Amino acid sequence: MATQILMPALSPTMTEGKLARWLKNVGDDIKSGDIIAEIETDKATMEVEAADEGKLSAILVPEGTEGVAVNTPIAVLSVNGEAFTSAPVAAPVAAPAPVAAVAAAPVVVPVVAAPVADKDWGPTKPTTVREALRDAMALEMRRDGDVFLLGEEVAQYQGAYKISQGLLEEFGPRRVIDTPITEHGFTGMAVGAALNGLRPIVEFMTFNFAMQAMDQIINSAAKTLYMSGGQMGCPIVFRGPNGAASRVGAQHSQCYASWYAHVPGLKVVAPWSSADAKGLLRASIRDPNPVVFLENEILYGQTFDCPEDEDFILPIGKAKIERAGSHVTIVAFSIMVGVALEAAKQLAEQGIEAEVINLRTLRPLDTATVVESVKKTNRLVVVEEGWPFAGIGAEVAMQIIEHAFDWLDAPPMRVHGKDVPLPYAANLEKLALPQPSWVVDAVKKIV
Amino acid sequence: MAQAETRKRGKAKEPAVNQPDLMEAYRTMLLIRRFEEKAGQLYGMGLIGGFCHLYIGQEAVVTGMQMAAGEGDEVITSYRDHGHMLAAGMEARGVMAELTGRSGGYSRGKGGSMHMFSKEKNFFGGHGIVGAQVSLGNGLAFSNWYRGNDRVSLTYFGDGASNQGQVFESFNLAAMLKLPVVFIIENNKYGMGTAVDRASASHDLSKNGAPWGIPGMKVDGMDVVAVREAAEIAIGACRAGKGPYLLEVETYRYRGHSMSDPARYRTREEVQAMRTQHDCIESARHKLEGLGVEEAAFRAIDDEVKGIVQDAADFAQTSPEPDVAELWTDILVEG
Repeated sequence: MATQILMPALSPTMTEGKLARWLKNVGDDIKSGDIIAEIETDKATMEVEAADEGKLSAILVPEGTEGVAVNTPIAVLSVNGEAFTSAPVAAPVAAPAPVAAVAAAPVVVPVVAAPVADKDWGPTKPTTVREALRDAMALEMRRDGDVFLLGEEVAQYQGAYKISQGLLEEFGPRRVIDTPITEHGFTGMAVGAALNGLRPIVEFMTFNFAMQAMDQIINSAAKTLYMSGGQMGCPIVFRGPNGAASRVGAQHSQCYASWYAHVPGLKVVAPWSSADAKGLLRASIRDPNPVVFLENEILYGQTFDCPEDEDFILPIGKAKIERAGSHVTIVAFSIMVGVALEAAKQLAEQGIEAEVINLRTLRPLDTATVVESVKKTNRLVVVEEGWPFAGIGAEVAMQIIEHAFDWLDAPPMRVHGKDVPLPYAANLEKLALPQPSWVVDAVKKIV
Repeated sequence: MAQAETRKRGKAKEPAVNQPDLMEAYRTMLLIRRFEEKAGQLYGMGLIGGFCHLYIGQEAVVTGMQMAAGEGDEVITSYRDHGHMLAAGMEARGVMAELTGRSGGYSRGKGGSMHMFSKEKNFFGGHGIVGAQVSLGNGLAFSNWYRGNDRVSLTYFGDGASNQGQVFESFNLAAMLKLPVVFIIENNKYGMGTAVDRASASHDLSKNGAPWGIPGMKVDGMDVVAVREAAEIAIGACRAGKGPYLLEVETYRYRGHSMSDPARYRTREEVQAMRTQHDCIESARHKLEGLGVEEAAFRAIDDEVKGIVQDAADFAQTSPEPDVAELWTDILVEG
């Protein structure tokens, strides 16, 4: 019984190579693992090991031959009567042909007739964003014993920004865990716990520090479901303040919205009001997927009316029209919703009625709500605190160009943080971050 | 926390093992080796793409560890993972079909050699980023700690990964919380092409957990019985609630780092010496012969293993490629 030895592929990209040297002669006995030949690829000279045992009965490609295609028979091995031998290959088995047609992406934008208005949750009470976030975590921790909070200073210190106030007292040190200042290690630990079915809430003191753990958020949390063929989900929330605070300099003042929104396998939420914070954090904790929950330090102390209902929750993936208007659509998220509303107020004094959309979720983006609005106003201004290049504003504008181009009466406009590391000096910092007047100016250019 | 201890397993005291257990270990190691040889062959034929890291030479490590593991203990490792999956009880067919990127693979063809999982067998991957699985393995242990069960996380990594910052962060967290995790450093002497003493200023990796009070032990990883004995001590300590344990298992890979490694950083004589004098399968066989096992019994195992591997190779070539609709599935859990 004879087995052909084929020209092997020795790297992920090799298609052919030079058969540099034979190290065995016809008639030699070959054992599995013996080096039989040397092959030169474009990268290196590699040794070919025999995978079968037997006697080398013929050399089909002499040494020195260049351009030998992968899978070409290069020698013949006589195999001495073993019951099982490694695949006697009569003809090279061709690698599977590349898929001819790539499957079409599922339709991303279900353009619904009209965005569903918020359900009426009944009476509200003035609540700070800080309290709303704390209440959301406490409610979900009471509801589900698998939910726990970990991060720097979340327990005994009651949170670096006092978001976790009272949680240690109520839930104890098993469920409210102070970590050392080691984002990479504790994020990985939390992701591992989520892969094993727990529901961690990871608090980053700020999202600037989450860069230390980026590999675990993207490569482990976001991709494992796909790479496991759907076996292993990762129900985890990464939360903390994102973007500029006040005079903390470039390393503590970055908006990561477009970084995370770029990644399939993640959901990205960016609340503005107390109701957003409470309703969306509850939904994020219950979500079976990894959710990046981008808060804002300046908003923590701001007070908004928030539903008192014990069951209050908001859906991920739904934007909210904060102010109706017919002349221009202003899209914003997080702290910029306030900037957009202030601009809308100033515009109204000048007779321009702006519709202000609070995106609430960045991935999946509620494109349908923006499309419906633009069909009404025919003009779009997107406001974000972060940098412009490949930012959320660029993405929203592109979605509208794709889905509502014919309704646009003017080019979409972007208002954004200046394309510089955020400066420390008070006057320079103010020059770098979007102000209501910038939004007013942008609107007036297209209305 | 117990004082850090470091012990060298000597050859003087031959640990006892019963014949059926050793025979089972021999079979598992042989299955891994024949599987990997076949994978190398299929790679050469262009049926396996991308990166493919073979475990040949290191079989005793995972085999000995898994013999001491209990039902429900979690396993997580790096990208040199085929042996771990077979030792964890995953089917050769499903592993090989994942290597060929077919729908019959454990990840339905969407993960490949480095990213395979089995929830059913508590195998948590298969991770492509050096060291990332160590903090994830800590998280598996954390979930056991949180739930108050007695399961242990077996977290494998190489000598290369042992220098990663997150590994030391994980040691600290595991020791702080007394997590039930066995950190298993498979020291195969080279992190890709860099010899361990050129990459690590620590000359005894079993002591790497000492600053955190994590007990460590150096183990002869070419001797499956020695590995199993060390594993029983380490896993037993974890199960007893004593916190993490570190094993440095000294082993050797015969093949290159991946398929495209010309292995110029070591001599052929060095590889040959390990193969001929320290091979884990050969030494298990000699022990079994000493216990009176006949040639026919070895032949039966050889035949069985070759049958399994050939069946896996056939399946991996006949299982269809994933449906094109699979491109868009498993990105998010719906609902």
